Amino acid sequence: MLRLFSNAKYDFIGLRHYAYGLTAIILLPGLMFLALKGLNYSIEFTGGTLLQIQSKAPVDVAHVRTGLDRQGIHGAEIQNFGSENEYVIRARVAKPGSDANDTQATAQAVSQALDNVLGAGNYNVVRTEAVGPKVGGELRQKAFLAIFLSFFAVLAYLAYRFEWRFGLAAIIATAHDILATIAFIGVMQVEVSLTVVAAVLSMVGYSLNDTIIIFDRVRENLRKHKHESFEEILNRSVNETLPRSILTHGTTLATLLALTIFGGEVIRPFAVVMFFGVFVGTFSSIYIASPVLMAIEKRWPGPAARGHLAPKKAPSAAPSRKPQTVG
Amino acid sequence: MFSTIRSRLLLTALLVVGSVYFLFPRNVTLRERGANGVMRDTVVTRVPLKRGLDLQGGMHLALELDQSKQVSADPKKDLDLALTVLRKRIDEFGVEEPLVQKVGDERIVVELAGITDPARAKAIVQRSAFLEFKITNETGALEKALPAMDRTLRGLGIKGAAEPEKPSAVQQLLGGDTTRPAPKDSAQKAKATKRDSSARDTARDTTPVVGGVLSGLIQAAGAGGVPGEYMVPETAFPRVDSLLNIPAVARQLPRGLVLRWSAAPTSVGVQPMRFLYALEDKSIVTGANLVDAQAQIDPLTNGPIVTFELDRAGGRKFGEETGRHVGDYMAILLDGRVQGRPPVIQSRIGRNGQITLGGKSLQEAQDLALTLKAGALPIPLKIVEERQVGASLGSDSIRKGITAGLIGTALVMVIMIGYYRLSGVLAVAALAVYLLFTLGALSMIGATLTLPGLAGIVLSIGLTVDNNVLIFERMREELLHGKTVRLAIDEGFRHAMNAIVDSNVCMVLTALFLFQFGTGPVKGFAVTLILGIVASMITSIFVTRTFYMIWLQRRPAMSTLSI
Repeated sequence: MLRLFSNAKYDFIGLRHYAYGLTAIILLPGLMFLALKGLNYSIEFTGGTLLQIQSKAPVDVAHVRTGLDRQGIHGAEIQNFGSENEYVIRARVAKPGSDANDTQATAQAVSQALDNVLGAGNYNVVRTEAVGPKVGGELRQKAFLAIFLSFFAVLAYLAYRFEWRFGLAAIIATAHDILATIAFIGVMQVEVSLTVVAAVLSMVGYSLNDTIIIFDRVRENLRKHKHESFEEILNRSVNETLPRSILTHGTTLATLLALTIFGGEVIRPFAVVMFFGVFVGTFSSIYIASPVLMAIEKRWPGPAARGHLAPKKAPSAAPSRKPQTVG
Repeated sequence: MFSTIRSRLLLTALLVVGSVYFLFPRNVTLRERGANGVMRDTVVTRVPLKRGLDLQGGMHLALELDQSKQVSADPKKDLDLALTVLRKRIDEFGVEEPLVQKVGDERIVVELAGITDPARAKAIVQRSAFLEFKITNETGALEKALPAMDRTLRGLGIKGAAEPEKPSAVQQLLGGDTTRPAPKDSAQKAKATKRDSSARDTARDTTPVVGGVLSGLIQAAGAGGVPGEYMVPETAFPRVDSLLNIPAVARQLPRGLVLRWSAAPTSVGVQPMRFLYALEDKSIVTGANLVDAQAQIDPLTNGPIVTFELDRAGGRKFGEETGRHVGDYMAILLDGRVQGRPPVIQSRIGRNGQITLGGKSLQEAQDLALTLKAGALPIPLKIVEERQVGASLGSDSIRKGITAGLIGTALVMVIMIGYYRLSGVLAVAALAVYLLFTLGALSMIGATLTLPGLAGIVLSIGLTVDNNVLIFERMREELLHGKTVRLAIDEGFRHAMNAIVDSNVCMVLTALFLFQFGTGPVKGFAVTLILGIVASMITSIFVTRTFYMIWLQRRPAMSTLSI
């Protein structure tokens, strides 16, 4: 029987201060970078026009840019996309208040410019997106709302299945994951499209999944090993679930790797963000969720034996007050 | 429940057969419009899994009422009306399984799969198709009103040179000409021969006109022309249009008259000119009375025409009005633009008539007939969102998605079998069953498989084995604690259950929110993720367990488990 980390007894919780430090080192510069540079939103969110073309011969990008300038489209992004002769041209809406029809006019102007520069028969348009700024704004709002609301739904479920201390710890760990992933997206300048938002939300699900499996074990061990301290129980639980974590992350990373390499340009951002999310999720379930649970436990001690069978104790303080130890 | 192997196998077999049934290739009848314009049915055999626009190619449009020119009195009613009209048009257009639906209170979404000519589809969706017949003005009312209009413009501070246009190449060539003071023109002078005036007009564009802005640009179409017909150089068309739309200027036109432009420029001599018509505001009859429209080739001119038929009431009205106006000219307007040059009314016209489309293709005539028949849009629609994917890109995406899926699966198989040996083989078998269930469920509920959805399936392969990993790890622990194989298996399944349920419910919760906010492709991702999680729970908890039960039955004395 091949077993990895079968009898691991690492002191994960003891290392929590280093983990907080590491989080701070990664998160703070990332978020600062984000604040300075902002996110690179796709035209789905900003409104604008995108054309993906396939040309017969390699395209001189500078040439295309002059052609676009001549048609009155300035500052368009022209990007090689996947194979050598495939390009994506993005023209964002200039003014936030401009009309939706502008994106249609822009699409026409871009085609006109391409006809002039490349010749009408020498390329074909394989993908077009023209999104009015109003639609883009709505979408942005909906995306934030979706992330925000899913937060509360999960919190409610966890409070029902476990108790609020576990739910709060899981949510704080998830918030950490989202922040770290957004910082990653910002630093890597990954284009924030709908698929990337989907990746962030899946990552939330995945990371919660991981946290829940550890917490489930904590719940069980609290019942089994009543003589142990909470810190010991946490360490025991993380160690016991370690083989499972390694294996599951291994298979998930394997499929994500296949998607990154073979899935094509459209899916790559999704796979890359998820890839990062798996690492962050694993880190946070061990080093954020568990220590935070301990901190919460110290501040608002629960009944001696916890678990879903134990009577719920009314929270002694508003759960929104965050513990001081959160990094 | 399902304690015997026989009942478990029966249920598993039922699910497998059901999935296979829903995935079995079947005949699908497609209703398409062929190259000759006739609708025809073709039968193809294929897997009944709906592919999203991003995988099969197609177009997604979101439309809203365009109230920039015309304000809707009752937007809700108008949107519903527009929805009905669009449905009829799209049905006639002949696209397989089109989607036309209202989203929210102010948006209509149209999805057309596999279309090859997006520009044409857009035109059909956006065309208002409002047909009117109006008699041209014969009293020269515009000529009389022009001086007053120019005075108004001067009052507003708009002079001929207010917006100097860039001299075109032709004008620079004619440099000598432009310096010559333009003859002080009035409408009468402009009535001179066509060729002469148009040549002079080129020169006049850049010079400040003393006589007035509009009278300098608008000229009667000339002798032998249609009464009420004027022309403007194509280059000056947008400017004249905007000038005429200034309310103070528009007021100078006598009551009961309207000005309408021709649909396309016409070459007069060497210069493209745009015709302007002064028409009686009251329409003889409109497209609301139309019952049928057909595209045809006119045997005389060999050009395309659209013949139409009016309903009884419309026919009566049309007959009466044309009977009164014999010898007059009648303009045919489509969406406020005059189609072709207005013909003279030779005699009383009944219920049938035709629209001549100069220089258009038969396909355009067919599209016009189609939109006329489906009815006019109450308010024009604007496109607020457009997504369009070519079929080749779609099939490319499918190929890449499948490649990634196969390689991902292979990697997972290697990891699982390498680590868990025979138990790993069971997990891999369960994985195959899982894939079958997920695809079968997708097909059964008629969900659409999109590119992110495909990624979701690949991702869920990695996630699905997680349930098995949880169970296996638990079994190993129980075995290490010295439990018998049979007991370890039972305990493993029982103890892993809590974690599996909790973690999967949380995944489903986030996926539900994703479904709620996402558009097409992302919705597809959420759906595959949700179905995938449910299918993976069934396979790992139920199917894998059954495998173990069979294994134990075959080898009752097994003392070590290959895990």
